[in-house]
Amino acid sequence: MSPKTLYDKIWDAHVVDESSDGTCLLYIDRHLVHEVTSPQAFEGLRMAGRPVRAPDKTIAVPDHNVPTTEGREKGIDNEESRIQVEALDRNAREFGVVYYPVDDVRQGIVHIVGPEQGWTLPGMTVVCGDSHTATHGAFGALAHGIGTSEVEHVLATQTLIQKKSKNMKVEITGKLSPGVTAKDITLSVIGETGTAGGTGYVIEYCGEAIRALSMEGRMTVCNMAIEGGARAGLIAPDETTFKYVFNRRHAPKGEDWEQALAWWKTLFSDDDAHWDKVVTIKGEDIAPVVTWGTSPEDVLPITDHVPAPEDFDGGKVEAAARSLDYMGLKPGTPLREIEIDAVFIGSCTNGRIEDLRAAADILRGKKIKDGLRAMVVPGSGLVRAQAEEEGLADVFREAGFEWRLAGCSMCLGMNPDQLSEYERCASTSNRNFEGRQGYKSRTHLMSPAMAAAAAVTGRLTDVREIN
Amino acid sequence: MDKFEKLIGIAAPMPLVNIDTDMIIPKQFLKTIKRSGLGVNLFDEMRYDREGNEMPDFVLNKAQYRDAEILVAGDNFGCGSSREHAPWAIKDFGIRCVISTSFADIFFNNCFKNGILPIVLPQDKVSILMEDAEKGSNARMTVDLENQEITTSDGVVIEFEVDAFKKHCLLEGLDDIGLTLEKASKIDEFEVRLAQTRPWA
Repeated sequence: MSPKTLYDKIWDAHVVDESSDGTCLLYIDRHLVHEVTSPQAFEGLRMAGRPVRAPDKTIAVPDHNVPTTEGREKGIDNEESRIQVEALDRNAREFGVVYYPVDDVRQGIVHIVGPEQGWTLPGMTVVCGDSHTATHGAFGALAHGIGTSEVEHVLATQTLIQKKSKNMKVEITGKLSPGVTAKDITLSVIGETGTAGGTGYVIEYCGEAIRALSMEGRMTVCNMAIEGGARAGLIAPDETTFKYVFNRRHAPKGEDWEQALAWWKTLFSDDDAHWDKVVTIKGEDIAPVVTWGTSPEDVLPITDHVPAPEDFDGGKVEAAARSLDYMGLKPGTPLREIEIDAVFIGSCTNGRIEDLRAAADILRGKKIKDGLRAMVVPGSGLVRAQAEEEGLADVFREAGFEWRLAGCSMCLGMNPDQLSEYERCASTSNRNFEGRQGYKSRTHLMSPAMAAAAAVTGRLTDVREIN
Repeated sequence: MDKFEKLIGIAAPMPLVNIDTDMIIPKQFLKTIKRSGLGVNLFDEMRYDREGNEMPDFVLNKAQYRDAEILVAGDNFGCGSSREHAPWAIKDFGIRCVISTSFADIFFNNCFKNGILPIVLPQDKVSILMEDAEKGSNARMTVDLENQEITTSDGVVIEFEVDAFKKHCLLEGLDDIGLTLEKASKIDEFEVRLAQTRPWA
């Protein structure tokens, strides 16, 4: 047999049909659904009189629109948001799919709920009408975002029409330095390859520094594969993965577990597998980073300075000038002198328990800078409950953070959690696009520890300087 | 789905790189439960000021480009979120073809599901088309999907590649779900095998 990559193996295990031109019908093991990209798809089914083919493999949860303040179960004030969440309530019931409504403690961001409940398992194909579906690749699952037409296609057929992507290997060798996290890895990779560097590829992340990451860290890395242009990011499953999955609510048990484990242990890239592109970064070379512009590729070590447009080539010159104008930054300014107005800790990138622990470790016994607005939004109700049990919620509250209910929140501001015009935010989310967190708002992406450090000083801060 | 065969229309130039889906259709317009009516909010935050007045410098607000049916754009068009609201808004505005050196993967796919043709060309070819688009409404560009050719207003012909299956679906206006359901028995067989080999899945 010819050597295969992990992606090749998962792909081959899911091909239902292949046409002569290489177009495949791929079977989908798990379909995650949220309220923003699904109403038109369910409506399409209704119009055509089609059922959901596999309701027990379809998992729905409202996350984008939900308020994160107490009392939300009584109803959402914003009419359009309410209608969208109510539509999901109705569609989930009518089509009989698995559902975690807003008043269920298991509710949260769809990409945090899936793994938490054991729906996401190694070797699976996982899709969702959301680009950050790449998150689930951390389990060695082929996971990617799809549009609403494809959501309808998966609901109706449990398959997707796909052509295979190319294989890209991103190896992070050696060990990370103190203060450097999974977020710094994933941002640094995008800084290296650019936001289109992964277009047409599925990335497999490997190397000693990746192996050393927890599942939470691996999810952070894979989550932002899409920001590098790749549809999916993968990490081969290992003991860390199996330990995380074991005994989760919907993970296999008993004999099924043994059978599953035997297959999962075959899920790795063969030594002599073919790679279409290879990127290698030394773990020791990665620093704590922040973004300065309006694209995730606009990333630099915190010790650096705001660049000038003429530091770039081609179309990026104009884009950088536009970014600097939008962000209100002058070339040459040390990144550590940029003052902020707000801090957001949360999102499918960094809303898991480990992220909250890392931020709380920085904040313990400290206060946030006067006048700053700071918010923690746990990724799920269960993450929130665990953080309360561990005393992290008290650390955040005592430091001056608002302690919120679970949802996507200020990552994209579809709910009331938005920045005002020209407000500058240290954010653990995934996109710094123009207007992303609010009209004319300014986002700097970074790790939870870096965001917590910024909260203490009121400016972008090197976490290594905080005791 | 609407068929796409041949389009003769005005092309608008948008040379900015990395135009993301938040720029194409900002989040506040994702709260709809319909597919239609998004064209008026296409590029909303670049197109209107806070009071809702048109910004005269934005390309689609200029008299010569208000009826554009083709967009010639900078690298990595459509990056970011998977929101199909982006192609819905583009189509609702009246644009049926977007040309760039590269597209984000999910956006690229979403276009085909909505009767929009995204065309990838090398930089030198995109530059020729960008220049042609800058001539305004007197310059009509022709996009011929059947023959895989773009003709500029000056008669320069540029060939392009397109996936054969996707081309077929666009030319015929075919619905993917209908096509896949013709293979329902193969999906049934796959599920039987799956129940034996990976019963936990």
